[in-house]
Amino acid sequence: MMKFERYEWLAITIMISLFIFVGFIQGWSVSLVILNMCIISAIMTMGVNISWGYAGVINFGVMGFLAMGGLAAVLVSYPPIAESWQVGGRGLGISFALLVVLVIAVMYINKTVIQKRNRYILNSLIIFFGILIIRHFYLNATHNIEDVNPAIAGFLGGLGLPIIFSWIVGGLFAAGVAFVIGKVALGLRSDYLAIVTLGISEIVVSVLKHEEWLSRGVKNVIGLKRPVPYEIDLQNSDWFINLITYLNSSKLNNIIDVSDKQQVLNNLIIDGSGIFVKLSYAILFLIVMLIIFYFANKAQLSPWGRMMRAIRDNETAANAMGKDVVKQHLIIFVIGAAIVGVAGAMLVTLDGLFTPSGYRPLRFTFIIWIMVIVGGSGNNLGAIFGGFVIWFSWIEAAPLTTFIINQLTAGLEPTNALKLHLLDSVPYFRYLFMGLILLLILRYRPKGIIPEKVRHS
Amino acid sequence: MIDFLNSIIVLLNFIIIPGISYGSQLALGALGVTFVYAILRFANFAHGEIMSFGAMITILFTWFFQSQNIGLGILPTALLALPIGIIATIILCIISDKFVFQYYRYQKSVPVVLAMVSIGVMFVINAIIRIIIGTETIKFSDGQKFIMKAKQFKVMTGLNEGLALKSSQVITILITILLLTFTFWFLQKTKTGKSMRAFSDNEDLALLSGINPDRVVFTTWVIVGILACVAGTLYGLDKSYKPIIYLNLVLPIFASAIVGGIGSPFGAVVGGYVIAFSEIMVTYAYKKFFVYLLPNSLEPSGLVQLLSTDYKFAVSFSILVIVLLIRPSGIFKGRVL
Repeated sequence: MMKFERYEWLAITIMISLFIFVGFIQGWSVSLVILNMCIISAIMTMGVNISWGYAGVINFGVMGFLAMGGLAAVLVSYPPIAESWQVGGRGLGISFALLVVLVIAVMYINKTVIQKRNRYILNSLIIFFGILIIRHFYLNATHNIEDVNPAIAGFLGGLGLPIIFSWIVGGLFAAGVAFVIGKVALGLRSDYLAIVTLGISEIVVSVLKHEEWLSRGVKNVIGLKRPVPYEIDLQNSDWFINLITYLNSSKLNNIIDVSDKQQVLNNLIIDGSGIFVKLSYAILFLIVMLIIFYFANKAQLSPWGRMMRAIRDNETAANAMGKDVVKQHLIIFVIGAAIVGVAGAMLVTLDGLFTPSGYRPLRFTFIIWIMVIVGGSGNNLGAIFGGFVIWFSWIEAAPLTTFIINQLTAGLEPTNALKLHLLDSVPYFRYLFMGLILLLILRYRPKGIIPEKVRHS
Repeated sequence: MIDFLNSIIVLLNFIIIPGISYGSQLALGALGVTFVYAILRFANFAHGEIMSFGAMITILFTWFFQSQNIGLGILPTALLALPIGIIATIILCIISDKFVFQYYRYQKSVPVVLAMVSIGVMFVINAIIRIIIGTETIKFSDGQKFIMKAKQFKVMTGLNEGLALKSSQVITILITILLLTFTFWFLQKTKTGKSMRAFSDNEDLALLSGINPDRVVFTTWVIVGILACVAGTLYGLDKSYKPIIYLNLVLPIFASAIVGGIGSPFGAVVGGYVIAFSEIMVTYAYKKFFVYLLPNSLEPSGLVQLLSTDYKFAVSFSILVIVLLIRPSGIFKGRVL
């Protein structure tokens, strides 16, 4: 087991005390909401950190992998829509089979036809006509599916399994996409790779946005089942009422009037149920985070992790030592993406809805990267810390800005145009904070707040 | 024969003219990215926001001029405000270099670190823009909107299909030609341009021959500022100004720069047009075109559209990936100005 240094304990203490502070100031419900998102952000950050911090493989496709995780959540948990399968299942099956045939044909041509020009011509012909034929079946099928009860369905639905399975499936989905991207793009120099992964993630999201038969597209999927109990069920179950009564017994005993007592108890139960749900989420997420943290650390300290650092620090030397750099880059890229995919599925689980148009690079790629850089690339605790701190300041930036603006413009009248304009643009100040934090960290602490430990062994 | 002419007009109206004007905007943007890449050697993610900033300043001054009743008659007032926008953008570039990028250049940081830094700059400029002007869509083109309306053209030629020519498109094309000529003349003929090319080709050799690196970097930022501001303003004039759009525009711009061969200015311009035309051509529904061209019996039943318009942005990146797979150095071998 790893030992924490003193400053690492300090970081952990700061994180915990921040949430306690918010709990007392803004209420425990707010604190838990932030905590849940912080944990998910920390998992995303660990995913990016594994590919960037361990091996120096840049991954700007975070948004796309998150969206794949989200898709997994829908496909696993949404109840299947039998009618859609009936009208479109066969067409989709045929087009998928044809696609497989097409890919095999192209691979066969690549193997057998030696002459480069002939190969290109044959390939393009086959792909062109193949796509024409596939489109025919595919468009028919998807059209039929999208016509099935478009107001509430209009897509294939999922498997109807508990949503918690989707966390694993989401990882697998993201890993699959990452494998394809890695095969195509990993040979590129790091800044090219950044741009290409960013672009491909954009493609992934636009596919999810517009293939309505699969993900319902911009119509969003709502009402995904939860892995934790619903508030309304809790409020009607005896054990929960007893628990709340027991926890607040001293407070309740002070109230003499029976109807007052009932009133207070009801309020406590409603508040408590909300907090209980969020707490259960937090516990579930925390378990996942700790598992990933444990294995990420294990991997970093293992011979494999050492090899990764060797590849990161000097690719040529590692190659000369007989390490398969290309293969290891692909492996670590896929692993990192898989972890991000898990986080994506968890994100959709927490929200209970899947909104493909909500995936924007600023929010889901660049912020995650700021978390990695600020926390300290190459250090898993740093990644978690970065995720917590940045998400925390992202949320708390708005109240803080309002406070600052009010202080600065205290002398001005409440109807002053400048003051009103500034107060209107409070939400945008968080971007300013994020940019400044990133620039300051890169300038004065380029290795991050909790830097990677240099190990000599 | 009439049918043939009609089909040509359809192509002109819906593909070629929009393609050229969108391509010009991309080309100017990609040229700016290329300059930063060739001289300062990093991928500048903040370029879209720099464009947006220039457009914003231009809009603010356009509003000012409009309130003072100063205008250019049939031309949009924005052209009058454009020089001020350019100066502001250059100042922004110089400031961001002085306070941010310079440090890393002296440190000789790796390109990835500089790319990260540019993301930080992107966030800051993004915030400044949103704080100043908000996130609403702004239309700021005034003056005469059309040089030729579709109806006029129909009356004039007696054809079925109209050809509309927006003045913003013509202005875009003219300014682009002007600016590109100037840039290439500058690079090829002037001493500063030559020293920039030398610097981009081999930094150490250029330093040994007595080229002042700070001067080269300064000139680069000036050119980048001009190109970015003009590109941003033209895009806003042609479509409409919306701060969020410019972040999305960064991707096709990068795609153009890389497809053309990153570091090669000529490649960037060609890349811009390649990306623009492929985006429009792949997502255009050719039904009307074929209706004119083919005999009645062969008329297509569907829209004859390769991809739905939803995938516009995906197209540019698919092209990028294909080019990188087949010819990793881009259409024109990159790296040197």
